[in-house]
Amino acid sequence: MNLRALEKLDPRWIFLVVGLLVLIPLLWPVGLPLKPSTPVIQFHDALEAVPDGSTILMSCDYDPASTPELGPMTRTALRQLWEKRCKVVVTVLWNGGSVVVDQTIEEVADEFRARGVKLVDGVDYVNLGYKSGNEAVMVLMGQGIASAFPVDQHGRVTATLPIMRNVSGYSGFPLLVNISAGYPGTKEWVQQVNSRFHLPMVSGCTAVSAPEFFPYLQSGQLRGLLGGMAGAAEYELLRKEKGSATRGMDAQSLAHVFIALCIVLGNVVHRARPAGGQA
Amino acid sequence: MKREIPLFLTALIGAIVVAGFFVPHQWVSVPADFLQRCAVIVVAFGYALGGANVIRVNLEGIARRQTDWPYKLVLLAGMLATLVFGLFVDRAAFQDPGTVSVWIYDNIYVPMNSTMFALLAFFIASAAFRAFRVRSTEAALLAASALIVMLGRVPLGDFVMAGLFDHEGLPDFVRHWRLEPVQQWIMDFPQNAAKRAILIGAAMGVMATGLRVILGIERSYLGGSD
Amino acid sequence: MPLGLRSRFVRFGALVVLLASLGAFAPGFAGAQSAPADSVPALAPPRGLVYADVPGDAGLAVELSWTLSPDDSVGTGLVTGYFLERSTAPGGPWTVVDSVVARTASYTDQSIRRDTPYFYRVGVFGPRGSVLAGAAAGPAIGRSSWFHSSRASVLAFLLLFFLLVLYYMYMAQLGRKPFVRRLAGIDAIEEAIGRATEMGRPVLYVPGVQDIDEIQTVAGLVILESVARMTARYDTPLRVPVAYPIPFTIAQEMVRSGHAHAGRPDAYDPDCVQFVSPEQFAYVAAITGIMMREKPAAHIFMGSFYGESLMLAETGFANGAIQVAGTANVHQLPFFVVACDYTLIGEEIFAASAYLSGEARLVGGLKGADMLKLVIVAVVLIGCALETFGIHGLTTWMQTQ
Repeated sequence: MNLRALEKLDPRWIFLVVGLLVLIPLLWPVGLPLKPSTPVIQFHDALEAVPDGSTILMSCDYDPASTPELGPMTRTALRQLWEKRCKVVVTVLWNGGSVVVDQTIEEVADEFRARGVKLVDGVDYVNLGYKSGNEAVMVLMGQGIASAFPVDQHGRVTATLPIMRNVSGYSGFPLLVNISAGYPGTKEWVQQVNSRFHLPMVSGCTAVSAPEFFPYLQSGQLRGLLGGMAGAAEYELLRKEKGSATRGMDAQSLAHVFIALCIVLGNVVHRARPAGGQA
Repeated sequence: MKREIPLFLTALIGAIVVAGFFVPHQWVSVPADFLQRCAVIVVAFGYALGGANVIRVNLEGIARRQTDWPYKLVLLAGMLATLVFGLFVDRAAFQDPGTVSVWIYDNIYVPMNSTMFALLAFFIASAAFRAFRVRSTEAALLAASALIVMLGRVPLGDFVMAGLFDHEGLPDFVRHWRLEPVQQWIMDFPQNAAKRAILIGAAMGVMATGLRVILGIERSYLGGSD
Repeated sequence: MPLGLRSRFVRFGALVVLLASLGAFAPGFAGAQSAPADSVPALAPPRGLVYADVPGDAGLAVELSWTLSPDDSVGTGLVTGYFLERSTAPGGPWTVVDSVVARTASYTDQSIRRDTPYFYRVGVFGPRGSVLAGAAAGPAIGRSSWFHSSRASVLAFLLLFFLLVLYYMYMAQLGRKPFVRRLAGIDAIEEAIGRATEMGRPVLYVPGVQDIDEIQTVAGLVILESVARMTARYDTPLRVPVAYPIPFTIAQEMVRSGHAHAGRPDAYDPDCVQFVSPEQFAYVAAITGIMMREKPAAHIFMGSFYGESLMLAETGFANGAIQVAGTANVHQLPFFVVACDYTLIGEEIFAASAYLSGEARLVGGLKGADMLKLVIVAVVLIGCALETFGIHGLTTWMQTQ
């Protein structure tokens, strides 16, 4: 093989290989073995430890771009909470996210309804929708959830909803589940809410931002962490689900291996060039 | 006065908000909270300015038949259609299923947004191929760590390791050697240490920049010359 | 901290469940004692209710603690939880404030009014009914504090930082300007603008994807002023797409200011700064569109970036431009380092305006920040040593709420 020819390789060939490596395992899953990592087990256990029937705050801070990565863990977390008969109050701090989050909630609720479990919007769960203001909203919620979100996603007055009867500020929640794609997200919830209001929290975040949150996990400010699709897939494994994250892991595995190969091959090509060449 | 009043307001508001962090008394915390809420209102008015700029710049581009001007037409049409349907057709129920706004969201916004983000996978691969060069010992360490973390984060990594080393006759420590704990160690310790150092430095920069703005040393945002 | 958090976790966790289960014991919640009629022995009440104003708040919370009921022991199942009642007079009328699970002996009432006396009483409830403790405690009054004492360490460091910065600024103004080593990334900005000038192509400046409340955006806009000064001097076109409306108006002022400082106010074109969209990927699409259509010779990315960093840098590379980036978003730094020609890392982005302008006060401020960094390194080392020897005073003082 002529290595020097590879140096001028049109990047579209690389794009094509990545495309195929992602597409093929999504269509025909291989089912590579998974093993849950400690942060994922901690996330699962933190949700398991909340008392059955309690009301949980879940802030889904993402938009459609991150939905393929964060949607699966949102679904699994909702399933885990609803199986414990917990009530879930959902908020969204990303302006493009409230509708896609609403669709995810309804999708999981419909699964439960199909199994004969009665889940009522406004009683067992509510999507309070989007509110602008980032950290200011988090602080405002401490003074009262209903005052920060006067109406829910569908325009109902929040304070009149049955699910809000037992919830005023953060003290009504035993746990905050934050699903975060960036800013505002986990970092801000830790700084503004976990530190100030001492609300225990767990986080599910995009893979790229997970390294940023490891210090919070080590310090105990986060009780569990799901990092990207890999975290979601391990979480699905713990919950014995075969969700879209598990299916996506084959594609992600192959893409990772290909990128590692790209690094190695790029360097081999670089070394093969005649001395004096510029990078 | 044109410059002094804004500088004075910046200093005063900055001081109140900083004081609000240390003084919980209502005489300080209530004005500090009020000022933070005002920011949301100011931003809302800012969107009117931004929207006007988008319309003006793109209309001019269309009038002058700039390169690819039809795209500007698509942009303006899309913006106006979304606004009109949201404000006048769907109104308060614009987020409810079945509305035109939700149709636009589901069929235009969601696929376009996801597609743009998905491009990242392709760019990472091409950047890995062309730019991740091992030119020094440090770069070699970085590359080795990158490979371990990338492969250790996905199940295939340990699957391959088991295939390579988990054979009868090999010593136990070789047979059980896996990438996952190594990558977790890299993430927990060297990665964390470096990042904390950068974060402490950056926090210092944040404070210094804030101080310069509050004290009026940094005033170029007011425009014009001193 | 973890212990405190855990106890709150247990407390809050149980609270909501209890509210549901309390329905079964509702009669006991009117304030009277109740027990099933078949004369099962009543529960022993909790004792010793004490109250305290929560320190360091705006007078809106009172802390309560009590001694558990003797019947409340693990495994007996006699006690389901405790309930708290509140009144503004010692004799009532009483209203239920909240309830907590068994084995919990404290509660913070955050629903009070400032400077108002409250009386509290605590009761226990379980399958046998509910029993109130004999005496009410009070008056508990929430008073507003003038200082958040748990934030003393932050204040100390902040004051030290301000003093150091102001001192070195003052010294620099007196002529003792500290030596500042050059940063390759900052020199590269000038080089990139020079190359764009030679090629007769524009310079693209991106001040990050966040709003003005992110200080990196402020830093990016401050650097923009210096960049605009250079482009105005060389008469090189500048393109500045901005994601949010407030940074958009400030960016216009910055470019105008740069032109004014370069002595070319007439050359300022307000349309060179363009508002695009706060929507992350719409913004990226617009910038990559500008890159492909107008082929700028220099791309400068300074501010807060997220997932779009590599998209911008790789598209820019394909375009053949010199690329200089700077961000304090640590997880995006690797992408910029790999794909750009020069990268300003972390705090360098905040120092860049001082380097570029060379103004004595700004350069003096850098030295002040460096001195505080030395202090922090010393405190970290001392803290490690003290913790190793089991002395926790410094760590406790540094913990903030």
